[in-house]
Amino acid sequence: MSSTTMKAINERKLRNKVSFRESVRQSLTMAYRGLLKIKRTPEQLFDVTLQPIIFTLMFTYIFGGAISGDVLSYLPIIIPGILVQTVITTSVVTGVQLREDMDKGVFDRFKSLPIARIAPLAGALLADTVRYTIATTLTFTMGYIMGYRPDGGLGFVLLAMLLVIVCSWAISWIFAFLGVISRTASSVQGISMIVLFPLTFLSNAFVPADTMPTLLQWFVKINPISHLVTAVRDLTNSGTIGWDFTISLIGAAVIVAIFAPITVRAYMRRA
Amino acid sequence: MNDFLRKKAAIENKDWAVEANGLVKAFGDKRAVDGVDLSVRAGTIYGVLGPNGAGKTTTIRMLATLLQADAGSAQIFGYDVKKDPQLVRQLIGVTGQYASVDESLSAMENLIIFSRLLGLGRAEAKRKAMELLEEFGLTEAAKRPLKHFSGGMRRRLDLAASLIAQPPLIFLDEPTTGLDPRTRNQMWETIRRLVSGGSTVLLTTQYLQEADELADRIAVIDHGRVVAEGTVNELKQSVGISSLHVSIQNGQYMQEARLIIERVLNVQSAVSAEGGWITAPMADADKVTDLLVMLREAGIQLAELSVQKPTLDEVFLSITGLDSELKEDKAAVASKTNKKEAYV
Repeated sequence: MSSTTMKAINERKLRNKVSFRESVRQSLTMAYRGLLKIKRTPEQLFDVTLQPIIFTLMFTYIFGGAISGDVLSYLPIIIPGILVQTVITTSVVTGVQLREDMDKGVFDRFKSLPIARIAPLAGALLADTVRYTIATTLTFTMGYIMGYRPDGGLGFVLLAMLLVIVCSWAISWIFAFLGVISRTASSVQGISMIVLFPLTFLSNAFVPADTMPTLLQWFVKINPISHLVTAVRDLTNSGTIGWDFTISLIGAAVIVAIFAPITVRAYMRRA
Repeated sequence: MNDFLRKKAAIENKDWAVEANGLVKAFGDKRAVDGVDLSVRAGTIYGVLGPNGAGKTTTIRMLATLLQADAGSAQIFGYDVKKDPQLVRQLIGVTGQYASVDESLSAMENLIIFSRLLGLGRAEAKRKAMELLEEFGLTEAAKRPLKHFSGGMRRRLDLAASLIAQPPLIFLDEPTTGLDPRTRNQMWETIRRLVSGGSTVLLTTQYLQEADELADRIAVIDHGRVVAEGTVNELKQSVGISSLHVSIQNGQYMQEARLIIERVLNVQSAVSAEGGWITAPMADADKVTDLLVMLREAGIQLAELSVQKPTLDEVFLSITGLDSELKEDKAAVASKTNKKEAYV
C-alpha cells in the first residue's frame, strides 16, 4: 500500500491512554534523539569537559594549602565537593537547551503526535546523563592525576559516580521546569545560576562548615548539596554507605516527584 | 475500486473531518482568532485563505491540539479536541509553517525517530522511512544533515513525516510559502494525490492561485474572522459580475465615452491606472449592444474591447484588505448621489 493512501477511520483502533511501557519506550526514543544531537554537535560538550579540568585544578591549588595544609590532604575533601558542584552546574544546561529546543518547529510535531506528554522532556533529560557521566569521569581522572587515591576503592568510586549522576538527573527536572516556563534561554541560565551559586557555595563542598558563622552553619547543615557531598565523601574515602546517602536519594526522589508532574503540566499548558 | 469503497466507508461513517464553532483565541489584548466557524467535509481539500496575521495559523494550531481555545469548540471526525486530544492526535498529521523537523539530524534519522515514537519497531521504522524518502524523492539526500536541504526538500520531508501514521486528516500550514514555482507544483501534485488516496486536507495559504488550484471549498479569514466561505465559483460570483474593459482610439473623448458607458450600463466607471482603459461592471451583457451603438453614434472609435471574469484576487481584495475602504467608497457614492438628486 502506498503511504499516501489512508486508512479509513473505522479501521483504526483509537486509544485514549498511553501505557506506561509505551511512555518508557517513547522516552527512550527521545533520549536517542538527544544522543544523536550530542553526536552531531560535539562542541556543546565543551563545558562538561573543560569545567571539571579547570575547576579541579583551580580550587585544589588555591584552597589546598590554606584549608588542609597541603594539596594532597585537601584532595579527599575537594574532589567530592568539586564533583557535586560541577555536575550539578552541568544540569543547568539541560534547562537551557530544552528551552531552545522547544522554540523550534520540531516540538510542534512532538506535541501533535499521540505520544506520552512526558516523553520529550524525560528523553531530553535522560540523554543529558551522558554529560554528567563525562563530567564525573573527568573530575575523578583529574583528581587521580593530582594524586588522589580514594580509600574506598574503585567499586565505591563507581557507586559514588552513579549517585551523583542520579541526583543531578533529579535536580535537572528543576531546571527543566524553569526551561519550560521561561521565555528565553538566557533567562533560564540567569535564574538557574542565582539558585545554584548559594546552594553549592553555602555547603561543605569546599571548606569544613565549622569555620562558618552559626547561622550559616545551620543552613549548610540542612542544604541537600551538603548531604550529597558528605555521601560521596563517605563512599570514596571510607567505602561506607551512611545516612547522607539515603537522604540524598530521598531528596532526589522528592524533587522528581514534585518537579516532573509540574513540568509536564506547564509543558502541556504552553502547548 | 478498493480505494473507492474505503473512501465511501469513511464518508458514510464520518461525514465531517472538521467541525469548529466559534473558536476564539486571544494573545493579550489582541484577539488573533475571533469566533471562527469551519466545516470540512471528509475527503476534500479545504483552503483557509487570508493575509499575514489573519489568524490562520492560530486556527490550525487549535484544531491540531497544539493550542487551547479560549472559547468555542472543535471536533475532528466527531472527537472533541479539548476532551479527547489524544484520540484526535491519532487522526491528524500536522505540517507547520516552518518545517517541523529536526534541523540537526538527517532526513532518515528524523523519519525513524517519528516512526519509533508512533510505535513502529526498529526494522519497521527503517523500512517506513526508506519508503517515504523514496516516495518524496529524497532518497539521495537521506543521510545528509538538514542544514544543507533546500526549502522544497525540507517541506517535502516535513510532509513525509506527517504521513507516517497515514492520518485521515492532514493540516498543512502554508505548504508552499517560499517555494519556487517548480517545487510548488510538485507540492500541489502531492496534495492532490493525498486526497485521491482518501484523506482530507486542510491547508492555509496566502496565495489565491493556490486556493483556486487546489481547494474544493475556501474560507477567507481576516482579523480572526471568517469573512466569506464557499466554493471557488461561489466566491467569485459573490463579487459578482464580470467587468467590461474598453479603450478608445482618440484619448480626448475619454470623458464623453465614460459618460455614455455610465448612462447606458447605469453603473460607475473607472479609468485604469495607465489611463488607457475604461472599466465598468457588466451585469447585463445585452446592454453592451446598445452601448456600442451609442458609441458609434457619438463618433467615438474603439481601439479594443474585452470582458473579464472576476479573479479570486478581486474577491480577496473586496472582502479583506479593502473591506473598510469599500464601505467608505460606498458612503461617498451615496452622498454623491444624494447631492446629484439635490441638484436636480
